[in-house]
Amino acid sequence: MKTTFYLFKREFLGYFRSPVAYVFLVAFILASTAMALYLGHMLETNDASMRTLFFYQPWIFLVFIPAIGMRLWAEEKRSGTWELIFTLPITPIQAVLGKFLAAWAFVLVAICLTVSMIITISYLGNPDWGPVFTGYFGLFLMAGAFLAVASLTSAFTKNQVISFVISTLVSLIFLFLGWSVFSALLESVFPMAVADAISQFSFITHFEPFQNGTVSLQGLLYFLSFTLFCLFANVVVLER
Amino acid sequence: MIEAKNLTKDYGTIRAANNVTFTVEKGDILGFLGPNGAGKSTTMKMLTGFIPPTEGTGSIGGHDIKEAPLEAKKLFGYLPESGPLYQEMTVEEFLSFIADMRGYTDKEAKEKVLTRALTICHLLSVRHQTIETLSKGYRQRVGLAQAILHDPPCLVLDEPTDGLDPNQKREVRKLISSMSKDKAIILSTHILEEVDAMCNRIIIIAKGKVIVDSTPTKLKEEHPGKSLEDIFCELTTFDD
Repeated sequence: MKTTFYLFKREFLGYFRSPVAYVFLVAFILASTAMALYLGHMLETNDASMRTLFFYQPWIFLVFIPAIGMRLWAEEKRSGTWELIFTLPITPIQAVLGKFLAAWAFVLVAICLTVSMIITISYLGNPDWGPVFTGYFGLFLMAGAFLAVASLTSAFTKNQVISFVISTLVSLIFLFLGWSVFSALLESVFPMAVADAISQFSFITHFEPFQNGTVSLQGLLYFLSFTLFCLFANVVVLER
Repeated sequence: MIEAKNLTKDYGTIRAANNVTFTVEKGDILGFLGPNGAGKSTTMKMLTGFIPPTEGTGSIGGHDIKEAPLEAKKLFGYLPESGPLYQEMTVEEFLSFIADMRGYTDKEAKEKVLTRALTICHLLSVRHQTIETLSKGYRQRVGLAQAILHDPPCLVLDEPTDGLDPNQKREVRKLISSMSKDKAIILSTHILEEVDAMCNRIIIIAKGKVIVDSTPTKLKEEHPGKSLEDIFCELTTFDD
């Protein structure tokens, strides 16, 4: 397990070796706050909560997380360095885990930088802290699921653009599943029970309870098992 | 020390390596020759556990690469074709990462192996330079430094002198020869004078099959009056 840690360390610090990381972090904060303020009208709602921020996060993740994850394996394949990694004494599971956790930690840094919004609402009002914390916890879990999709699609190709497009599309499907328009469409095609079952796989459906201040066990298990499943598939793809 | 047992690899209907079998003992430098596309790199990739063989297996120091990959991988250093490296890291950061992965995590032990590898490969002057800013010759030596970092009993080098100028070629050859006493070394090359200069064994592979397993001297005795190059061309030219 030590090797996982050292791979994690290389990867995580690797983000900060290139200017891309800083551009990414700035763009992420700008997008997050701008959407909350100007689309969600956070300040006009007269509600000292992070709801408006959380509401738009899945859509921001949709673009930003595939952008972080696209290079995970595609870049290693393009430059040939995965040959180096897989001939070092490390198992594929450890390698996938090390790289995934590093990217997840980087996303966590990005999410934490939205702390300015928390400061703002606690200055302007008297927020209920429960939903703030559970909301952030839910965000972190959901980010893991998005990232696992990106990591998996990145293992299929040496082209980062292809990896980005496919993982965005796949993530989009998992967002749409919970959207009322989409579930209405499903209900018109499938029997009610089937349509219901399909929309149970939506990221948004499972993220909602966290925004409302509960740590839903169902949501927790859903995101974790979804992530683990993608990572397992990731290992299988790399082992061919 | 290094053993290839009936290594076979199929890519679709193409058989890239066909029943490749040989052994390399301590003190041997085996020159692995063959035209482009003959299956040299494929064989080396199977031997180092990077790609799984369709049939057969390899073993390093008695550890089967399929059954006990981690043990086997500890015993060799591998320089992949065209020496892939993490371009954005400095030489020292990169080698320090490899040292971590190889288990030299104690500060003193790490410094010792780093200094040794940097000295042997003449990299001390560029240790703080980013790899992408280095010339091809230096980069190739970083690849070599990575392979010999843990002073392994076995070395697998895929075209170690590829792309180097004559001075650098001589330098790398000298380096490899100097390590041969207590190691088993396989190196692939196109350059026949290199085999003459360093290797005490020679294997020629064509169309995935081993067609010669001999020593340079014996091979020349069997084909009196001909140079290695003549023999190579005679054996590996086919009419199709």
